[in-house]
Amino acid sequence: MQTLMKNLVWVVVGIFGAACLGGIALNRGETINAFWFIAAAAGIYAVAYRLYAGWIVATVLSADPTRATPALRLNDGRDYVPTHRWITFGHHFAAIAGAGPLVGPVLAAQFGYLPGTLWLLVGSVLGGCVQDMVILWGSTRRDGRTLGQMARDELGPVAGAAALVGTLLIMVLIVAVLGLVVVNAMKHSPWGTFTVAMTIPIAILVGIYMRVLRPGRVLEGSLIGLVLLLAATVGGGWVAESPTLAPLFDYDGPALALAVIGYGFVAAILPVWLLLAPRDYISTFIKLGAILLLAFAVIILRPDMHMPAVTRFVDGTGPVVAGHIYPFLFITIACGAVSGFHALISSGTTPKLIASEADLRLVGYGSMVMESFVGIMALIAACVLDPGVYFAINSAPGVVGATPEQAVATISSWGFPVTVETMTALAKEMGETTLMHRTGGAPSLAVGMAHIFAGAFGQGLIALWYHFAIMFEALFILTAVDAGTRVGRFMLQDLLGNIYRPLGNTGSYVSTVICSALFVGAWGYFLYVGVIDPNGGINILWPLFGISNQMLAAIALAIATTILVKQGKLRFAWVTGLPMAFLAVTTTVAAWQKLFSADPRVGFIAGADTMAAKLEAGTLSAAQAAAAPQLIFNQRLDAGLTVFFILVLWVTIIEMVRISLRHTQGKSVPPLSEAPYVAMDQLTPRMAGED
Amino acid sequence: MMAGPAGFLRTAWTVLREVSGDSAYETYLARHAVTHPEEPPLDREAFYLSELDRRWSGVNRCC
Repeated sequence: MQTLMKNLVWVVVGIFGAACLGGIALNRGETINAFWFIAAAAGIYAVAYRLYAGWIVATVLSADPTRATPALRLNDGRDYVPTHRWITFGHHFAAIAGAGPLVGPVLAAQFGYLPGTLWLLVGSVLGGCVQDMVILWGSTRRDGRTLGQMARDELGPVAGAAALVGTLLIMVLIVAVLGLVVVNAMKHSPWGTFTVAMTIPIAILVGIYMRVLRPGRVLEGSLIGLVLLLAATVGGGWVAESPTLAPLFDYDGPALALAVIGYGFVAAILPVWLLLAPRDYISTFIKLGAILLLAFAVIILRPDMHMPAVTRFVDGTGPVVAGHIYPFLFITIACGAVSGFHALISSGTTPKLIASEADLRLVGYGSMVMESFVGIMALIAACVLDPGVYFAINSAPGVVGATPEQAVATISSWGFPVTVETMTALAKEMGETTLMHRTGGAPSLAVGMAHIFAGAFGQGLIALWYHFAIMFEALFILTAVDAGTRVGRFMLQDLLGNIYRPLGNTGSYVSTVICSALFVGAWGYFLYVGVIDPNGGINILWPLFGISNQMLAAIALAIATTILVKQGKLRFAWVTGLPMAFLAVTTTVAAWQKLFSADPRVGFIAGADTMAAKLEAGTLSAAQAAAAPQLIFNQRLDAGLTVFFILVLWVTIIEMVRISLRHTQGKSVPPLSEAPYVAMDQLTPRMAGED
Repeated sequence: MMAGPAGFLRTAWTVLREVSGDSAYETYLARHAVTHPEEPPLDREAFYLSELDRRWSGVNRCC
């Protein structure tokens, strides 16, 4: 009877979530309240977590709470530590939650609120959450082995190498595109630039506090850092108003790009305790705090969404990211629904903390549910803006026209009325000189968040809320730049060490400097070209990043599918196999269009050829002509990269199919590398630690 | 464990300290005393540095 009641409750929750989603989908009024999005999301997540994830854990993965996890078997008090499931959840969520799910949904809002909402919900519960959880399970069963090692063990050396090189290239693109987002947010914004610049001395101060003054007291240090950062956010307002100080923090894109590149290099070779670790502590607290604050504000304010359900830009002419809704909705949203990068975290530190296989669902599936919810909130923040304002902020000068008058005329002609006066007044309200052409998603997200915060907590401080939002985004983007460069440097040292042994020595200062410079040079190149591109750079770099990220997700799901087949779970292989097939096809279609589309804003080759033709005909301005050769070369390079990504993807999938077929035919395959079963109660108390 | 608001706050504080790593040194000392009572433990600074080194040698932050 009790079970019946429980199931009935879940059925009701499911019907409620589905009804909210149906209401959203069928709504054709002028506006719709954000509350329905929160309700639909909560209902769908709850049912998926309870029923689908529960079924996968019990039936497909046969998770066994009596099986001792590596944290218990190998407990060394350092890497392997059995940890309470909520604390592991906190660590894992803090690790996977980055800028991606904030930026992607904001850019995808150009298609309207409906496509983004549907994919964030469906993609996460059927794809992203499943991937994170199954990889976490696979790694936990393999003593916490990494994705690359699992690829090599289960699929062979070819797939292993493909996963490794693919990962290194993704790191380059992630850091470049996030750098571009932060540069576009600071461009000609003394307030933003001052606040972001101040995060560096503040982090160093906190670093010294945590190491020298009060070693290891990370909460005290973080609190000091938070207070100083909020003071810097307020102080930025004074700087922006001061005629002597403001020019010191007023830079154009290329200058800021060079500053970020220089910063990235210095941060990568400085000791971790001085800059990276303290910055990460502060940024994690600000990140979680800002996300909670946003959720709270959306729930108490319940703003109306002004973006239409579906816009005309589903046809591929979108000014934010060019390309048809299929495949580019999926490529643009990326991390909020499915992120291949999470597979690296799920096979990194997290599996070494899992105390029981019963925790896999909360940590693996639950964290990704939260991440998708962050994506929904970012989408809400973008859609509460007037669509005309949203497009004026997010469209590049090369698409809508370089002057404010041209830009608003173009955007209004699309049926999204906006005026120069509106944009000027908005910029003034936010304490900025202009908000036009601020591509990259961060400024529009910050305007949306500022509206929501101000609406919920009082209108007076809207400029401060805007810069708080910019600071919050920039802070953890710069943490990603530091951390990404550091990991990239390690990967490069590892790789180059095979060619010339001394380069592989991670303790060597010379090798560190050389490999850091190489890695920073790689992402710095893409960042710089993105900044000088009149089409905004984001239009090229974000889809390229999305393709690489979804490619990695398909690779991770291919590894997961192989493991399931080899475990004799062929009839359940669709759980990872279907999302893998969808992502592989979508990524390949996207890559094909990025290569061969005749639209110069979509196709890399067409883009390069069009620009080369213009350069030859002499129709470009002097400034455009100077940048043109670099942009032409860059689009051809991007085309080459795209081909490479697709090759890596299909090599892995072919290996997966080959190994699976051989297994079903009873031929020899690489053996399952799963660690043998050890019962929980066979462990000595000492091995099990004191937890 | 969770008796009333005071109990809840105490639990929240413990969780916060554990998630952030603020209590890591105490946990280490307690464990060290059980597993290697013959060796002197690291001091706070050395332990903090070794923890950072361990944490930042792999992928632990995402996009």
